[in-house]
Amino acid sequence: MALRVVCYLNQFFGQLGGEEKAGVGPQVVDGAVGAARAVQQALGDAGTVVATVVCGDNYAAEHPDRATAELVQLVAAARPDLLVAGPAFLAGRYGVACGALCAAVQAELKIPAVTGMHGENPGVELYRRRVYVVQTRGEATRMLEEAQKLVALGLALARGEAIGTPSAHGYFARGVTRNVVADASAADRAVAMLLDKLAGRPFVSEVPRPAFPPVAPPRLVKTLEGATIALVTDGGLVPRGNPDGIEALNATRYGAYSIEGKSSLDAAQYDNPHRGYDTTWVKEDPHRLVPVDVARELEQSGAIGKLHETVYSTVGVATTLAQSARMGREIAEKLREAGVDAVILTST
Amino acid sequence: MTPVAVMVGANRIVSAAGIIHPLGSADLSPDEEKVLRRRIVEQALQALRTEVAKPTVFTRE
Repeated sequence: MALRVVCYLNQFFGQLGGEEKAGVGPQVVDGAVGAARAVQQALGDAGTVVATVVCGDNYAAEHPDRATAELVQLVAAARPDLLVAGPAFLAGRYGVACGALCAAVQAELKIPAVTGMHGENPGVELYRRRVYVVQTRGEATRMLEEAQKLVALGLALARGEAIGTPSAHGYFARGVTRNVVADASAADRAVAMLLDKLAGRPFVSEVPRPAFPPVAPPRLVKTLEGATIALVTDGGLVPRGNPDGIEALNATRYGAYSIEGKSSLDAAQYDNPHRGYDTTWVKEDPHRLVPVDVARELEQSGAIGKLHETVYSTVGVATTLAQSARMGREIAEKLREAGVDAVILTST
Repeated sequence: MTPVAVMVGANRIVSAAGIIHPLGSADLSPDEEKVLRRRIVEQALQALRTEVAKPTVFTRE
């Protein structure tokens, strides 16, 4: 039986127009229009595009919740077995809208959904854990070929077939770990990998390294003489007694400690729970970790405008990326609210 | 640990005095140690006003 398929497109791929039509709200067209024709071609006899849902990029980006809710209704009305969104290539607003709609259709309508985009589309990081996002090129030069990849995975999802690995199907890893029986022991695989490496042959690690997206370097907009500088550390400085209970490793907490009125740190008032290095020397003199003495002198001499009166501290050892990112975000927000212009973060 | 700082994408990195006492050294006299500390902090301030395009390590002379 041929499957009922609904496609989702933006105003451009839905042939409503370019940027001048980016504000148009959700609408539905019977059958396949624009890029959805490539999906129909890829489907062949396996399915029929019964409707194409189109929404302008700006409408979707500016009212994301409303747009997704309206689009879900339009999709539901067409009673599909599968939603194919995009592909969105490198178009950021479009990619995010595709991911949001797929996630909502899966969750609310229990209908499988698939989308596709380029690895640098922000929609990938936002939705790849919840939605099958097929990897595409940056430009829409080979629409049929890209549509075929989306359709192949979409059909497997709609038919309830087992889905293979990300590399086998060309989708972005969802962060799911599945047990499989390997055909060789870990020792055999490791040696085989080493031999490949030594011989200059290609090999693929079984443990992918985490990706760290580049952070645009901010510019200090003030002169140092007019700037407020904060001291932050992941080296574990805490007041004696560790009042915030910062963990010795794998930290989930950080502390905010006042240095108001202090020209230096009294070693007797501080401690250090960090278990990732020998803390003997920084306990003996906390300035070896957090240079309050020198920073105060620079403040008094006018080399910096002001030393921020709160030091933020946590323990950076075996700390998960997710926790580090969260703590960093929270600390940065507080520093920004307090009018801090720049940070010196000391790390062990 | 500057290679780790580069890997995670920190943009302005000053290589300091060591893991167990990044801003000091137990081998120096207290006065010499403070001079060292001041030099590292001043280099950090210098790094803050230096425009960079990607993770950059500022090494001590």
